[in-house]
Formats: sequence, C-alpha cells, structure tokens
Amino acid sequence: MALDSKIPQGPLADKWTKHKNDINLVNPANKRLIDVIVVGTGLAGGSAAATLAELGYNVKAFCFQDSPRRAHSIAAQGGINAAKNYQGDGDSTYRLFYDTVKGGDYRSREANVYRLAEVSANIIDQCVAQGVPFARDYGGLLDNRSFGGVLVSRTFYAKGQTGQQLLLGAYSAMNRQIGRGKIKMYNRHEMLDVVKVDGKARGIITRNLVTGEIERHSAHAVVLGTGGYGNVFYLSTNAMGSNVTAAWKAHKRGAYFANPCYTQIHPTCIPVSGDHQSKLTLMSESLRNDGRIWVPAKKEDAIAIREGRLKPTELKEEDRDYYLERRYPAFGNLVPRDVASRAAKERCDAGFGVNKTGEAVYLDFASAIERYGKEQAYVQHLDANDAALVKKLGQDVVRTKYGNLFQMYEKIVDQDPYNTPMMIYPAVHYTMGGLWVDYNLQTSVEGLYAIGEANFSDHGANRLGASALMQGLADGYFVLPYTIGDYLSNDIRTGPISTDTKEFEEAEQNVRNQVDALINNNGSKPVDYFHKKLGKIMWNKCGMSRNATDLQSAIDEIAALREEFYKEVRVPGTQNEFNEELAKALRVADFLELGELFAKDALTRDESCGGHFREESVELDGPQKGEALRDDENFTFVSAWEYKGAPKDAVLHKEELVYENIEVKQRSYK
Amino acid sequence: MSGLLKSSIGRKVAMALSGLFLVVFLTQHFVINSTAVIAPDTFNTWSHFMGTNPLVQFALQPVLIFGVVFHFVMGFVLELQNRKARPVKYANYKGGAAAPWTSRNMILSGLVILAFLGLHFYDFWIHEMTVKYVQGDMTGLINPDDLSSGYRYYEETVHKFESPVRVLLYVISFVLLALHLWHGFASTFQSVGFNNSYSKALSKFAKVWAVAIPVGFIFIAVYLHLNQIPH
Amino acid sequence: MKLTLKIWRQKNAQAKGQMVTYPIDGIDGDMSFLEMMDVLNNKLINEGEEPVVFDHDCREGICGSCSMFINGEAHGPDRLVTTCQLHMRKFKDGETITIEPWRAAGFPVIKDLMVDRSAFDRIQHAGGFISVNTSGNTQDANSIPIEKADADDAFAAATCIGCGACVASCKNSSAMLFVSAKVSQFALLPQGQVEATDRVMNMVKQMDEEGFGNCTNTGACEVECPKGISLENIARMNREYLAASLKG
Repeated sequence: MALDSKIPQGPLADKWTKHKNDINLVNPANKRLIDVIVVGTGLAGGSAAATLAELGYNVKAFCFQDSPRRAHSIAAQGGINAAKNYQGDGDSTYRLFYDTVKGGDYRSREANVYRLAEVSANIIDQCVAQGVPFARDYGGLLDNRSFGGVLVSRTFYAKGQTGQQLLLGAYSAMNRQIGRGKIKMYNRHEMLDVVKVDGKARGIITRNLVTGEIERHSAHAVVLGTGGYGNVFYLSTNAMGSNVTAAWKAHKRGAYFANPCYTQIHPTCIPVSGDHQSKLTLMSESLRNDGRIWVPAKKEDAIAIREGRLKPTELKEEDRDYYLERRYPAFGNLVPRDVASRAAKERCDAGFGVNKTGEAVYLDFASAIERYGKEQAYVQHLDANDAALVKKLGQDVVRTKYGNLFQMYEKIVDQDPYNTPMMIYPAVHYTMGGLWVDYNLQTSVEGLYAIGEANFSDHGANRLGASALMQGLADGYFVLPYTIGDYLSNDIRTGPISTDTKEFEEAEQNVRNQVDALINNNGSKPVDYFHKKLGKIMWNKCGMSRNATDLQSAIDEIAALREEFYKEVRVPGTQNEFNEELAKALRVADFLELGELFAKDALTRDESCGGHFREESVELDGPQKGEALRDDENFTFVSAWEYKGAPKDAVLHKEELVYENIEVKQRSYK
Repeated sequence: MSGLLKSSIGRKVAMALSGLFLVVFLTQHFVINSTAVIAPDTFNTWSHFMGTNPLVQFALQPVLIFGVVFHFVMGFVLELQNRKARPVKYANYKGGAAAPWTSRNMILSGLVILAFLGLHFYDFWIHEMTVKYVQGDMTGLINPDDLSSGYRYYEETVHKFESPVRVLLYVISFVLLALHLWHGFASTFQSVGFNNSYSKALSKFAKVWAVAIPVGFIFIAVYLHLNQIPH
Repeated sequence: MKLTLKIWRQKNAQAKGQMVTYPIDGIDGDMSFLEMMDVLNNKLINEGEEPVVFDHDCREGICGSCSMFINGEAHGPDRLVTTCQLHMRKFKDGETITIEPWRAAGFPVIKDLMVDRSAFDRIQHAGGFISVNTSGNTQDANSIPIEKADADDAFAAATCIGCGACVASCKNSSAMLFVSAKVSQFALLPQGQVEATDRVMNMVKQMDEEGFGNCTNTGACEVECPKGISLENIARMNREYLAASLKG
C-alpha cells in the first residue's frame, strides 16, 4: 500500500479551512446512528470522546485506570503553547509553526504542524470556558512563561500542574456527556485487539481488569488515544501502566508504525537513586526559565563532590561550568530538550557528574533567588543589601512559581532545593514516534484513528516543551471530530455493527490464547525481571546516543529476551480476577516486540536528527563541531513500518517530507 | 427547600443553627445564674419572672425544649448514619493525628450533657412544674401563705448544691460541656458557610466563650456549695 | 531496614478479608513506599504466592491512584504526600507497619488494598462541569479578566487529585472535601456562575446517595489531604448549597 498523507492542496495557511469546507459531514440525526470507540482518556482521548459525544455520536470510551481522570496526561507539568501573542512579543501562528518544525529538526509534516499552530489559540479559549484555572497576572489576564527552543513567551500554565488542570477540563467535558448518556465509560478495561471487518476497523477486544472477562465491543470507527511507549525503557517519566499494547495490536492488524526510534529524553529529571527504582520523576522544563545548569569546571571538584567532601554551594563561581550558557549563548539554559540532554550526558561521560553514580548535573536557583529577592526588596522598599533578607524574599518568589515541584524534589531526594542546587539527569519522557496517520489522523487501517502521543504526526524528531498538551487537545477537540465525519458519512446506513461475526470470534480467540499461554506458563521469573532487562538494553543501546554496532546487538538481544520471556515468565494467579501480573505480562510482551522494531528503525536511520543521535553522524568541524548532523538528502522522510511477523522483518515505507514554506537548515541554538 | 433536612448539608446546618440557639440560651442562663452569686434578690426576681411569664413559659420554653430535643435527636441520627458510612472499621486508626479529641467525640460529650440534662431537669424543672402546675402555687414564695416569706428560688438553688456528689456531677458535666462547645461553637460558622478572615476572629471568640461559660457555671456551683444558708 | 508488614488481604469484593503479617528485609530509606511494596510482591511471586494488589500509576503524586491507609493514616505519617511519594526514610528499622485499604461504604474493596472509587466519578457526572461545547468559536480567553486571588483560589481547589484520602481519614467517611473542591473551583470563576445552583444541588444529592457520611468539621480531611485542599471549600459549598436551596 502506498502511503497517502492526504494533505490538502493550496497555500499552507488555507489548507485546514479549505479541508474543513470540502469534507463530508454527517447530519445530526444520523450521528445518533453511529458508534465510535475511543480508547484512552488522556488529553487526546478524553477531549475527543467529549467532543464526539457533543456532536451526537454514541461514544464508548475505555481506560485501564480506575477513572478517566487518572490518565497520564495528568502528570504534565509545565504548560501548553498557544500562538495568542498576549505578551505582544511578536508571536504568531507562523512563528509557532516555524518553531515546532525547527524544534522537530525538520522531520515533521508541514501541513499538520501548521494546523496545530492554527488551532492552538482555540484550545486556550475552550479550556478557559470550561473553567480551567490558568495562572493569571494581577490585571486578571492570562499569564505566560517561556519554554525551551523558542524566543517568545507563549506557554500558558497552571503552576506546575498544567496537565492536571487541562485533563480535568477534558474529564469534566466527558462527565457532562457521561451524565447525558452520550458516553458509555468503561473504566479498568484494557484493549487487547482491534477487530477488522472487510478491511475496516469495526471494534475492539478488551479485558475487564477487575473480573478478567474478555469482551467484544463494536463501533463504526475506532480511535486510539493511548499515549506513548516510553515505558519500553522500563525507567521513564511515564506512569507504571503506560503501555504500547493498543498501538502495537493496531500495528499487528495493519497500521504502520512510524518513526519508533524518535524518543524524547528529557533533560531535567530526578536522577536514579538505586536498583529498586520503579520510575523517574520529571522536574518541569519551566524550571529552566530560572534555574542555571552547571557542573564543576575541574574534575577534582566533581570527584570531591561525589565523595561528599565538597558541597556544591562551596564552589566559587569561576570553578563552575555553566555548560549550556557556554555552548549555546543565544538560547542558554533554554535550548531544546534533546540538546540539553546530550550536553548533560557529554559532561557526565567526561567525568564531571555530581552524584554518587556520576550521572547528575546541577540545576541551580541561587542566582534566580537573588535576582527576585533584590527585585522584591526594591518593590517593598526594603534593604536590597541585606543578603539574608534578599534570599528570603527571593525564595518566596520561587516558592510561588515552583513550590509544588520543589516540594516534590525534597520528598524524593531529601534535600532542600531552596538552599542547595537540585541534581538532575535526563530520562525518557515522550515518544514522538507512533502510529502513522494521514492528515485526517487516520492510520493505514480504514476507520482506525490515532491521536495525541499515540500518533507520530506533529513533533518530528524532537518535541518542544509544552507542545504535547497542545497536540493532544488539538487532535481531540478540534481536528479528529471534523475529519472522522468524512469517513463516518459513509456509514449512515450501515446500522449497528454485530459482534457475532467470525472476525470478532477470531480476535477474541486470539486474545484468549495469549492470556491462557501466559497464565499457564510454568516459568520462574516475574514479569519485572524481563521488563528491567529490556529497559537496560534500550537505555544502553538505543538511548541518548546510538551506533550501528549497539543497535544491531540490541535487535538480537531483544529477540533473545523475548524468547526467554515466553519460556520463563511466571504469572501467578488466575485470569478471572484482578491480576496485575497478567496485565503487566501482556504489556511487556508487546514492549518486547516494539523494542526490536525501535532498534531496527534507529539502525536504518543513519543520520542524527532531534532526539535520535547517531554517533556516526556528527559535525566534524566548524562552529557547530560536535553537534548532531542531519542527512537531509537521504533521510527527509517518515519511516512507516509495516508488520510482517517478527519485528525485524518489518517492511519500511517512506513518506517523503516536503518543505515548501520553511527553509530546511542546520538547527542552531548557538 | 423541602428536601433540605434530608440532605447532608441541610442537616449539618440544622445542627449548627440549633447549636447556636442553645449557645444563646446558655448565655442567657448563665447571666441569670450569675446573679445568684452577686445579687440573690435579682436572682429571685428574674427567676420568678422567667418562671411565671406566660410568653417565656408557653412560647419560649417549648421552643427551647424543641431545640434541645432536635439537637440531640439529629445528633444521634447523624452519628448512626456516619457509623453506617464505614461498615468495616480500621484495624489501626490514628484519628488523633489529624483531628482534635473534642471534634471526634462530640457524641460522647453530647451524651454526658444529655445525662446531665436528666439530672438537671430532675433537680429543677420537674420540681418547678410540680409546684406551679400540679400544686397550683404560682406565687414563687417560700411560704405561699406568707407574703413576707420572700421568693423561694435562691434558697432552693443554694440547697441543691449542698451535696458534694451533686456538685461533682455538675462540675464534670460542665467540663464535658466545655469540650463540646470548644468544637461545636466555632464549628457552627464553618457549617453555615462562614469561613473567612472574619470568621477566624469569631472562632477565637467562640473558643474563649466555650471555656468561659462552663467555668462560670462551675464557679457558681462551687460558690453556692461553699456558701450554704441554714435550712 | 527490616520491617514487619501487616497487610489487609481480601481475595475479592465478596470474600472475607484479614490482616496478614509479612516480614521484609533489605529496605532502603530512599525507596518509596510503593517500591517497598514492589520488593514484597516480587518476593511473594518468587515464593509462589499471590502479590498484594494495590492501585498505583503515575508514582509522582498526581494521578491519585494510590490509596493506602498506613499506620492509621491515609497515605501514611508524612504530610502533603501521596503513598507513592512517601519514602521509607520516614520509618524506623524494625518497625511494624499496618497497611489497610480505604474504609468506607462508598469505597467497597475490590481486592486487597484496592477499592472502587467510582462513586467519585458519579458525583462528577452529576455536575462537575461547565456546559460548554467545543466549537472553535468560544470567546477569547482574555475577554473575562478574573481577579488573581480568585483565580488562585480556584486553582488551589482544582488541584484535588480525587484519591479519596479525605473520605478515608474522616471518622464519618464524609466526601465533602472532595465534592466541595469541585464546587468551589467553579463557584470562584465567572464561567461557573450560570449553572451554580444546579451544580451544587445535584452534586450534593449524588454524594448523599453514594453512602458517604456527614461532615462534622473535624478537619481531618484537610490535614490528610495530599494536596492540602482547604476546609474553606466545604464552607463555600455549604454556602452555595444554602443559597441554592433558598432559591428553590
């Protein structure tokens, strides 16, 4: 099948409007005859379910959590971008579009990104109307902050809990529809297969996590808003339950998986403290607005700090290396995430790391505290030369801005970040890759849609901060509800889809077989053993920097681990009860396949771009020496993989990326 | 409006308002009683007025009784409902870690106060009712046939506090009353939806009042006990 | 660190449960409480026993899944944290720790330490929203300025994670802090005014039907709330409810 991205003709700025005018609509009376399944209730799934129900479709929504409110979008901290230009600093739809394409290292689709930038402003309007309590200034108007990789303040936020507030907004919109009976909500349900009838997605098979019941659900279209697959690394900032299963099952049913190797390693996370670690905690990128990142300039100081003989606060200014400010004077501490992460790794690999394991750098608020403190002292007509007073005033300002993050840090690390710099290290955070979708967000399976982090479309090879929330809500509130109508307009006479067909039978049996096999496997090792092992392979060989040898060996190791998994995994309990080990085993089984495709994709893409850094592809000299080197001539395409049995046998389809409105050039933040 | 008393918040507000009413009554009761210490004659005059004025007797008294009964019946109803809301108890419940003893034991302090009310009614109210409405003596005099014998109220009250056991029971009850009021009075503001910087100041007053009034009652009881007049 | 755990085990909603004692060793102070539970569970699996079931997901204190009643307190002895943010350094070597599920008629046990909190969802279905459709033509976000203090208070109320610690720690199993947080968020914003009357009436009605107890202002919920949601919200809800009742 050839990949048709279905990008509308015409000038970039008019494409979306024109497309909306051209596509078919379903009349309100007919919408009542049409069912739509939405899997996942995060920002994308939740907003899509609510909007589809508002439009009149019968929506069935599924989530594995005990309530839609707990989807992992809730954990997003820093903010959401929108081209509102409320600050009057020269922002515009075009600039947001440009920043996002550049931030994505010229590996995203122009038309999709432009549409995203276009509807971004609507998102803020919509959320405010829903009662989302964004931060405001003293004039009562919405406040903005700045995020990495951009030169304007366009990020709307609600302290360090923006994702929570936006998700609760979408959840409230869902609640309204659940109350009206337009959404039927299935909590604690995991989707385990897609059912295709005559080539079209017509339903799903789910497992009720409480009773273990395998259920069939039918609909005229299926929407996946099931998030990313960062947990393939075992340790990530994702929730424990975040998984690739829904997307992977779709892939196995014919949906192409695009750019699996594009992973975002977030620079500011709390470092790993030991083997017991089950997940990593993000410290919002917003902290880089005020925090300065550094390591000791001298190796002996770094060693002394690691051994506990020296405190970071004792180090003189000239003995510190603010390496981001040194290397990237234009953007300083606000370089994009991939750049900041690699720079931290470079310093730590060179022996300048500051925690016991040598895998941490400092994020220091001392100068921000002093700056804010002085400002407050002047404002309140106090003595700006009183160091203790200035510190206190400054700490108060920092507390109001980042209080919850500082508290979170203190609880985990047991150190007071107001008085000693935070220790941070990069961690897996977001996956730009995902199911391939066309302009309408439809996958390569008819009637199967993917939205939010689950698709690949908008962030290219690297996502800018505060753009994931924007994309999730744009897809769910403003894009999918229009584009899906075009497809569903063919279904007004179809009538309800029966689940008593051989296709449902086959899919259900398929799921039952897998569940039975796992439960009856008389292995000796718990699921976590395999997941941790997979994570180690992924982090060491497909992590922040990759090379051909490692990637090849990762492919082999993962395949071997998968084989061992099916022999040795032990799943206690039965299938007819709440059985978390079983649920985990089903998820890890899919991660073990995805991991292999991930490595294969990374191996195939013999260039460095965004979060994908190939050691073989760096600038060798000139002002950009040591920076990532893209190969536009050979790799300006989306890798869309078609499933053919073993992941390493997947077939590559290329969607060439065409840049008509942006000049593709070296991504410089210097 | 009709369903108000069926709703949780309606009941909570009703508890608060009836409690507040009893607080007002208690204040009035205390003011009259305090005259027993400073001016026995005034005590007699006021007692006679309260005991014989038809408005007090046939309008305010029933309202008061209704208020008391409503407060404790509703208290019981809510307590039962609240217990039902946790059918399986915790093996380990550290209530004291998050909430003061007084707030968690309103039913206990309330029951003691209720028992005390029994004693108190037996001591004064039943006696009063018997004298006035059974025996038909509305004069309030020590000797109904002798106008010069003076009012009986002060003397009777003083004699009630002759027994140290009774005084002790009263003192214990007043301590529990203080504990009940310590949480109850200040909490009424929250229940009726009054929680702001003003209510915080008012709450402080309520705490002072919650201690001061029962201490005052204790003082009166002990004072009368120590200042017995011969029979 | 060596610990003795006393954990509530209950096979399913119908089964009778009991406290079971598990000794555990090799616990590090830097572990989170749930990571300690992971250690226990992997040990149980290796010994051929069934692991202890508990709700958990984000493990950073925001999803509201985790819900353990530890040593007599919701989310354990630390303040302003969820169970997943509670660290083992808060316990002493050799300590005995009791771990129970949330106990409330409104939160029936599903298995072991996992309870059914769908009552909270149903309360939100009854009115926890502002009725605005997604249209793309909503008025500009800055067209209604909102006083910063009100916006901040609304935000503070909106930070509720719906974990249920308020119900669990209340001696009456009252859900008022949870319900009032949502009522307050919308009561404080101009967008929420239009439906204010119906909202508070419907949400309180649903709350009452779910079998939660009444509020006696003990304040335990506020103390145990991992997000520090203030009792002022309950006062505000009471006020809103009274006003709505008087309106009829």
